[in-house]
Amino acid sequence: MKGLLQRELVATLRTRGSVINPLGFLLLSILLFAIADPGVRDEQSKDLSSVFWVLILLTNMLSLDAMFRRDFDSGALEQMLISAHMPFVAILARIFVHWLGSGLLITLFVPLLGLLLGLRPEMFLPIMLVLLVGTPALSLLGSIGAALTVGFSRGGAILALLILPLFLPVLIFGNASVAAVVSGQAYTAPLVWLALCSSVALTLAPWATWAALKISVEMQ
Amino acid sequence: MSGRITSSLKQLWHKLGSPRWFYEITHNWVRFFGVSALLLLTVGFIWGIAFAPADYQQGNSFRIMYVHVPAAMVGQSLYLGMGVAGFVGLVWRMKLADVAIAATLPLGIGLTALALFSGSVWGRPTWGSWWEWDGRTVSTLVLLFLYLGIYALREAIADSNLRARAAALVSLVGTVNIPVIKYSVDWWNTLHQPASFSLTEKPAMPPEMWLPLLVMALGFYCFAAHNVLSRMRLEVLRREGKTRWVNELFAAPAASQSTER
Repeated sequence: MKGLLQRELVATLRTRGSVINPLGFLLLSILLFAIADPGVRDEQSKDLSSVFWVLILLTNMLSLDAMFRRDFDSGALEQMLISAHMPFVAILARIFVHWLGSGLLITLFVPLLGLLLGLRPEMFLPIMLVLLVGTPALSLLGSIGAALTVGFSRGGAILALLILPLFLPVLIFGNASVAAVVSGQAYTAPLVWLALCSSVALTLAPWATWAALKISVEMQ
Repeated sequence: MSGRITSSLKQLWHKLGSPRWFYEITHNWVRFFGVSALLLLTVGFIWGIAFAPADYQQGNSFRIMYVHVPAAMVGQSLYLGMGVAGFVGLVWRMKLADVAIAATLPLGIGLTALALFSGSVWGRPTWGSWWEWDGRTVSTLVLLFLYLGIYALREAIADSNLRARAAALVSLVGTVNIPVIKYSVDWWNTLHQPASFSLTEKPAMPPEMWLPLLVMALGFYCFAAHNVLSRMRLEVLRREGKTRWVNELFAAPAASQSTER
């Protein structure tokens, strides 16, 4: 497991673009929203949490394609499925590293985004907590779509069509949590629901991803 | 005696996913469901449109219910059926499972779209808007997108075997997710709109109103069975086109025609 994680981490760090570009997309699109709709900048605005979460969803989706692409093209993925004595663990490690580069990274950028959006500093930690709990579900569910579409040369639109409906619960509870934080209400209830989404995804998604990868490898 | 045992064993073997057995056994089913659907839909439609009493609040506009509710019911049931077919296809690699998914998709998309459209038409006079972000409405829209996603995926994969497995997998994943999506959407809705409309669910609908609805629902189910089975039969023929039994099936009438001339 440790070796797997190390390998994935090194591989991700060597292709920085797959991590930095989606992050740039997130920052830029928040900038665009803030310019186009001054209401978003307002701390009291109800739009803020929804814009925030929709953009996180889209950013996550952008980074999904890179999850298996390189190893698929080089044939390493096939080797992994054949030789790893527990492909499940290997897939989980891959998803975890993807989350480090997407969900966790966005979480760490919350203070910066919060300053841009005029949030009060005491909100940063609760929002970071919400993201920490919610974003694993995105990487996990997204891995199914990434695994299914990795064999397509142009899988982007299909990936969106397959995955965005599955992201809906995360959007709803994540949005409710952030909205509660921003308006100063108790946010425990939606946060627990969000945790439920992540744990269900953690138990089921890797199996589906495994099955999907087997299909994609055969397609090659 | 031994002949009977072998023939019943044979039949059991065929039952485990033989396209030919399926084609032969469903011949009468398709007729049965087709005739039932025609009868039930005609009776239910005339009953619902002309004879059921008008609603005391909504007047005649409630009659859209007789199309809207069955369409939504069948649209959801078909997705569930697709999930079951996906499971069967993934576990037992049964060819017919993929045939079933392929045959269900167009009707599922059509009925879900019809449910949304008729709901919108109904919503205009009763809710005062074409579209309301109500929990059920949104989950039906998401259902439509799940259908479309599988459809797009099937279109994108050329190899029929892999296409079957991918579609089965996504159907199964979608089925697991439907309750989650449904409850989260309902929850979100109650969070934002505490007092929503409940005109669609009358606590005490008189039998003169719900009986035609029942007839219509049965009719829609029969129609769906007829439609899906017919499509499956056609798909079986297309896929088995090179086998001997299909050729014999179509060679016989052609040969008799040619001898007539």
